[in-house]
Amino acid sequence: MSTRDDTRTGAPDGGTRGDGWDTGADTAAGADSDIGGASYQAAGPHPDAGRIGATPTPGEDGADAYAGSRQTTEGRVYTVTGGDWDSMLAADPIAEERIVVNMGPQHPSTHGVLRLVLELEGETVTNTRLVIGYLHTGIEKNCEYRNWTQAVTFLTRADYLAPIFNETSYCLGVERLLGVQAPARANLIRVMMMEINRISSHWVWLATGGMEIGALTAMTNGFRAREKCLDLFELITGLRMNHAYVRPGGISQDLPPGAVDEIRAWIPDMEAEIDGVDRLLTGQPIWQRRLRDVGCLDVTGCVALGVTGPLLRAAGLPWDLRKVQPYLGYETFDFDVPTHPDGDCWSRFVVRVAEMRESLRIVRQCLDRLEPGPIMVADKKIAWPAQLALGPDGLGNSLDHVKKIMGQSMEALIHHFKLVTEGFRVPAGQVYSVVESPRGELGCHIVSDGGTRPFRVHLREPSFINLQATPALTEGSLIADVIASVASIDPVMGGVDR
Amino acid sequence: MSTHEENLPVERDQMQPRPGEAAPGRVQHGMFGVSGTGDTSGYGGLVRRVPQPPESTRPYGGYFDEVADALAEAFPGLSDAVTRVVVDRGEITFHVRRERLAELCRTLRDDPALRFELCSSVSGVDYLESPDRLHAVYHLTSMTYRRRIRLEVAVSTQDPHLPSVTSVYPTADWQERETYDMFGIVFDGHPALTRILMPDDWDGFPQRKDYPLGGVPVEYKGATIPPPDERRAYK
Repeated sequence: MSTRDDTRTGAPDGGTRGDGWDTGADTAAGADSDIGGASYQAAGPHPDAGRIGATPTPGEDGADAYAGSRQTTEGRVYTVTGGDWDSMLAADPIAEERIVVNMGPQHPSTHGVLRLVLELEGETVTNTRLVIGYLHTGIEKNCEYRNWTQAVTFLTRADYLAPIFNETSYCLGVERLLGVQAPARANLIRVMMMEINRISSHWVWLATGGMEIGALTAMTNGFRAREKCLDLFELITGLRMNHAYVRPGGISQDLPPGAVDEIRAWIPDMEAEIDGVDRLLTGQPIWQRRLRDVGCLDVTGCVALGVTGPLLRAAGLPWDLRKVQPYLGYETFDFDVPTHPDGDCWSRFVVRVAEMRESLRIVRQCLDRLEPGPIMVADKKIAWPAQLALGPDGLGNSLDHVKKIMGQSMEALIHHFKLVTEGFRVPAGQVYSVVESPRGELGCHIVSDGGTRPFRVHLREPSFINLQATPALTEGSLIADVIASVASIDPVMGGVDR
Repeated sequence: MSTHEENLPVERDQMQPRPGEAAPGRVQHGMFGVSGTGDTSGYGGLVRRVPQPPESTRPYGGYFDEVADALAEAFPGLSDAVTRVVVDRGEITFHVRRERLAELCRTLRDDPALRFELCSSVSGVDYLESPDRLHAVYHLTSMTYRRRIRLEVAVSTQDPHLPSVTSVYPTADWQERETYDMFGIVFDGHPALTRILMPDDWDGFPQRKDYPLGGVPVEYKGATIPPPDERRAYK
């Protein structure tokens, strides 16, 4: 391998030697070879034609083996060779070697702080390992040190793209432990907020997933549409994210004046946005070819790995807790569960877009059914004592409430004081309450020891469980398809790591 | 929930868990969360035992009887494997002896009359005051029959070993790792039982009740507020 011919083709055994030699295009040019070397000194007679056939000599300055250099009257000339792949593959010492690539935790395509450890053979992934925990904030542990109402404030931050679902799943569990039921209006508003939240969460999935595989218009359109959902949240709860809106026993405050009209105006707007993205992406050949037959997982695989939500429905099983184990009166709403038979990334896209349309149907039915009524249980030993109102210094106790407890009702003052400082006691026991979040079965395992604080709160986070399917989706595929596959799971690291 | 008798102060020697109680009972001393701070306000001498959901007897009600019958038929020696059954708040809990857990799960998954295909959740609970304080809790879902049950297994901190159910439910992989990470319950037979949320070299198991929450005092307008686990608070 040390003959002149080999050095000419630029596949030197000295490729790692670091001592370049004076070959390359001058050799090629002199031998009139067809390897296509390029010299930066095109004109003029060959300066060293007589050296052909000589043994390779290291460059005077230890230049690169693939871009030899020599001194000419014009200055130093570098010669880059090419077309040497055959000999590269034949002799490349790393061809047999496995390459381990760390993708993340800072990689922009891994949805936040997810770290993928990929073992590659060329561009093919042979082994996928996931490393999580970079966003672990001890939400579950913290809940044990706050009272039952305050725990909502932590749990809303777990899956931060679906906060209403975290809150509702927890509050339904606490209510079952207490043996109370929230009033009908509160439950209807919960359903409506969850469905708006489902749409906004799916928009973020479309936006980030689209961006990661290069569809930047999907990103800008998706975030624009999501912003309209967040505007509604801001109007209703006071915050765009981390609402702590759903409370044990009801919701923190009623819909503000004008909210119903805003939501009514938002529905056709959202329909137009969904139609727009449908027109933009569904028929687009690049989008289809990036998603079709990529990241496949069938029903058996989904159930074995515990995967629920759009991934399971995209594999063909119409398993939606809103239908199969209804809660909050979902059995009375008219909506369909979209499914798709293929189980690939494409079908997940189709299913999620269809789900957004179904959620709009539910929101519309909620608006039609809204009737005035209480939004918190009547039991004054559980219900949060204050009616919140927006004052000049932000959201707080309404002035009417302060007047009442300070001037009129000592009983009300005592209840307020006891509930705010001590909280209510929840009889001992445990429950597991589930809702269908945008990512699948969101369960909340709550244990009470009879005290004023949760004894244990555990979130069964669909992001965490579904992420386990990543090796099944990606091993054997190309590294570019890993991006599409992970995006199609729609993991939210706040929920994964909690 | 509580009766007059349960509200009476109890003597110190009455604080052992009563027979038949599902969870080890909690005995509450005083009214406030932190002791030994020199804060003597309030009455601290109250000793109360908190009532726990009792063990259930047949009929359990709903589909629970069907599940229990099918399980008794499909799993010989059920009475040996299941020590207690508790029906509370519309949910059924089977307290399982740890040696039989994996085979019980396999029966629950495979028997045509049971078909609990989906292991929804695995988590842990630390009942600090009971002898077998670490509990692993499994929530199983039958997608065929649309049923849910709960299995609970108790181990001690000296011997925190449980059989892993990953061979039956592959989805338990990460959840068992998380339970190990947070509670130190060792699942024998798990393919790679390592920490998952905490760093690999972390000491201790953060979700155990004797593991402190941590935190620093915060000064605000001249007053110093201790971290949440050292604050005076009701319990």
